[in-house]
Amino acid sequence: MKIAIPVINKDLNSNIDASFGRTNYFLFYNTETKESVFVENTAKDSTGGAGIKAAQTIVDNGADTIIATRLGQNAAYVLQNAKIKIYKAINGSVNDNIDALEKDKLDTLDNFHKGFHGRGK
Amino acid sequence: MKIAVLSGKGGTGKTLVSVNLASVARSATYIDCDVEEPNGHLFFKPTILSEENVFVKIPKLDPSLCTGCRKCIDFCKFNALAYVNNKPLVFDEVCHSCGGCVLVCPEQAFSETDKLIGKVKIGKSKKVDVYTGILNIGEATGIPIINNLLANKETTIEKPVVIDCPPGSACIVMESIKDADYCVLVAEPTLFGVHNLNMVYELVTLFKKPFGVVLNKCLDDENPSKLFCLEKNIKILAEIPFDPELGKLNSEAKIVAEKSNKYHDLFSSLLNTITKEVLYETTTNS
Repeated sequence: MKIAIPVINKDLNSNIDASFGRTNYFLFYNTETKESVFVENTAKDSTGGAGIKAAQTIVDNGADTIIATRLGQNAAYVLQNAKIKIYKAINGSVNDNIDALEKDKLDTLDNFHKGFHGRGK
Repeated sequence: MKIAVLSGKGGTGKTLVSVNLASVARSATYIDCDVEEPNGHLFFKPTILSEENVFVKIPKLDPSLCTGCRKCIDFCKFNALAYVNNKPLVFDEVCHSCGGCVLVCPEQAFSETDKLIGKVKIGKSKKVDVYTGILNIGEATGIPIINNLLANKETTIEKPVVIDCPPGSACIVMESIKDADYCVLVAEPTLFGVHNLNMVYELVTLFKKPFGVVLNKCLDDENPSKLFCLEKNIKILAEIPFDPELGKLNSEAKIVAEKSNKYHDLFSSLLNTITKEVLYETTTNS
């Protein structure tokens, strides 16, 4: 399993970023090799469609699972098309969330908010 | 004569000024370019004569032609395309109809299709032709509606076109003032008002438009927007008082120039001042 997680800092002990499209980095954690790779979120400063571009990064890095606090409809549509499983983050660190997922204790995320298109300008 | 009325924020009195300017003219065309929240029609209550749908072009993929080169994905600066399962996904709502993906695709896998984004309503209220642009909720941009609204509008000095702009100083406002002969900036008497006035001041200066300021909601206290105008040597066209009588009439969607002699005189005098400014500009720049 290759898990993607939005994070503010390159640190497994820090919290998951509540933002998806505009987070600083994505952690890609491979549960078989225990390998962690941090990838910069190039969608961060997009004027629009950040969720779509961020989701593209998740797809292109070959994740099959994502843990997020919340997701927009467009990002969710990209991830669902790529058959990526979406789980809802719990309070706690990145490590706590990975643990919880491996023990099958995370719920799937299936409520997706509408976009903020243009309303944040 | 095309007069654009704009302000750096909403709620300063753009519609108040636009509606009343059109109302005191012998005849006029009023165009509501605030397509996200058009409200001029509430005052004019026009009889609707016709409606026109506004469409934009969005890309449509023929998956059998796509070879998965991703050129379209890399090109799209609006992030309206995602590449999943070896083909692009198109997000209609995010697409700005630039047509770039259609051009860069080496396989001609994209064609263009019409998408409805809103409409234009054309009506009549006494001697005012009332044009209202309406953008559907969730659409990326109202600019195509504004282009439709502003196209082919005949105007004379006696029959001015009054353009009620959207708030702010973004692309949609630039599009609204593009063909204006004169810009009227409406400002509130607060520090925040000055900040917003400065935004549109910079915009009209950049566009080299002749302009003047209407100070709205004026109190006896010091008016930071007035000080700003005096400092920058900007022409003050009119001062509208902070007046409960005006507020009440306006909140009841009445046209104050029709209901009060005082305001009829104020807006007639404003229209005269603007007309003189425009005639002066025409003479000096022709």
